[in-house]
Amino acid sequence: MPIHRERYRRREGGIDLRSGAWAVIAANGLRLLVRKRAFLFLMILAWIPVVVRGVQIWAAANVPGMSQIGMLAVAPGMFRDFLNQQEPLIFFITVYVGSGLIADDIRANALQLYLSRPITRTQYVAGKAAILMAALAAVTFVPAMLLLLLVPAFAGSMTFLRDNLVLIPAITAYSVIQITLSAFLILALSSLSKSRWFVAILYAGLAFFTHAVFGVLGAAVEGSSFSWVSIFANVRQVGDVLFRMTPRHDTHPLISAAVIALIIAASAFVLRRRIRAIEVVT
Amino acid sequence: MSISVLEKVGVRYGSQWALSDVSAAFPEGAVGLLGPNGAGKSTMLKALLGLLKPDSGRVTVLDLDVAVSPLEIRARVGYMPENDAQIPGMSAVSFVAYCGELSGLPASDAMQRAHEVLYYVGLGEARYRNVETYSTGMKQRIKLAQALVHDPDLLLLDEPTNGMDPKGRDEMLALIRDIAHNKHISLILSSHVMPDVESVCDAVVVMNRGQVVMQGPIASLKKPAGHIFEVRVKGNREAFVERLRAQAYECRETDADTFRVLMPPGAGADQLFSSAVAVGAQVRHLKPSVPTLEDVFADAVGEA
Repeated sequence: MPIHRERYRRREGGIDLRSGAWAVIAANGLRLLVRKRAFLFLMILAWIPVVVRGVQIWAAANVPGMSQIGMLAVAPGMFRDFLNQQEPLIFFITVYVGSGLIADDIRANALQLYLSRPITRTQYVAGKAAILMAALAAVTFVPAMLLLLLVPAFAGSMTFLRDNLVLIPAITAYSVIQITLSAFLILALSSLSKSRWFVAILYAGLAFFTHAVFGVLGAAVEGSSFSWVSIFANVRQVGDVLFRMTPRHDTHPLISAAVIALIIAASAFVLRRRIRAIEVVT
Repeated sequence: MSISVLEKVGVRYGSQWALSDVSAAFPEGAVGLLGPNGAGKSTMLKALLGLLKPDSGRVTVLDLDVAVSPLEIRARVGYMPENDAQIPGMSAVSFVAYCGELSGLPASDAMQRAHEVLYYVGLGEARYRNVETYSTGMKQRIKLAQALVHDPDLLLLDEPTNGMDPKGRDEMLALIRDIAHNKHISLILSSHVMPDVESVCDAVVVMNRGQVVMQGPIASLKKPAGHIFEVRVKGNREAFVERLRAQAYECRETDADTFRVLMPPGAGADQLFSSAVAVGAQVRHLKPSVPTLEDVFADAVGEA
């Protein structure tokens, strides 16, 4: 094969080190993601409840007597319930998108390609996290906010929104907690293995095992004071407080919040230890 | 002028020193980094990129301190790693353009450069194929392409001909030679294959057991300080070699029955013949030779 000497030319113009490398990583990851049918299927699945809730909001505003039916009435609790309902989809999207985010790079020795460029480890992790966070926001924060905007749009009145302004920070904070916890935990697990399948099993095992332990302990003590051992239960417990509702478990919400913070901090620690351009064998 | 300087650099993995008190200067142009496996070549390349923090000493690349400006250095350096490395799920052109963007190029610029460098490395026709389907030789080429896409001032190549067939190897070496001598990009070529280094580089840094044992221009290192003969004998070969070594002449095996004898100034063929006579051997082949990089390397690492 000939060498195409004429094809290579020295480049004129500078290099921009200020632009976010994390954004380049995130944009590329999302570009690859939306090409996958399984991901699109999950997104469609995740938006079916949004459509159903949209119809509910429309009916409550336009069908006489509908708002009197308790379960169909539009109330602040509806938004919390919606975000709770999305949890299975959050779980599947986290597993599908997140398990390979770092594990695939480790398997393909891509970490050294990233980190031999003007990219810090933090930027790399931020870029990878942004891929999953964007996907999760598309099934939590975005539809929840959309539903909130549909209420005044269908009712033709701002009364509900004005009376429940707290929903905006509540939806935002609850979504942030759901998204950040899922993203950090799966990224940390993904950095521990070369196999996305192993990571997926580990994540699923961790989530369901902790919930099962909570169930067993709950049955033993006939209460829910051990809800802090379950990842899912902690998120719901904090969610109840954010939406100004009575917490469903006996654990103090601050303990649940502390457990969530601890999981995120531990995940960040693992990522810091594991994201290296070289494998140091001593 | 030096493109990279290491001053008393030490790098430790646990209790093991991978680089120990290393001082070296890499001049502009093509420099070979030679050494046996485990000598510390890859560690040195990673220290130059700032991927490893030295436990002692100072590293400067392109007049920038690695400890102070690692990102600025990496923006101007291209790195071709030793082992297979790719970003999964991408075509070659997307992969190389992505690497360009990661290095700070605008997206459109990166895509244009990706096409150019892929043609340059000989992957123009295969640029829309998924990188994971590439052969070993193609993977080596695309690693070179991703290292070149942002037009670095310095290329770090770690065993670039690993796993390539002879034709592919020659083509890769021709590319590297072209980069260094026609495109004016300085490069450091780490390899344990001496003919590769000799065919491409102007200077070498030789490492052994985490230390630099020799460095300088290849031409001056190869200057003979005496005579070198290629010898084949009939008879008691072992006794002949032993006698030569007893007289402080260096003997190195080249193939089954031939060996090279390095003799200091003042000694010559007469001493060879008299040694052969003394042990009852017959000299069947005697040819004056010139030193190769292998001789320089063997001198440096103390291999006979």
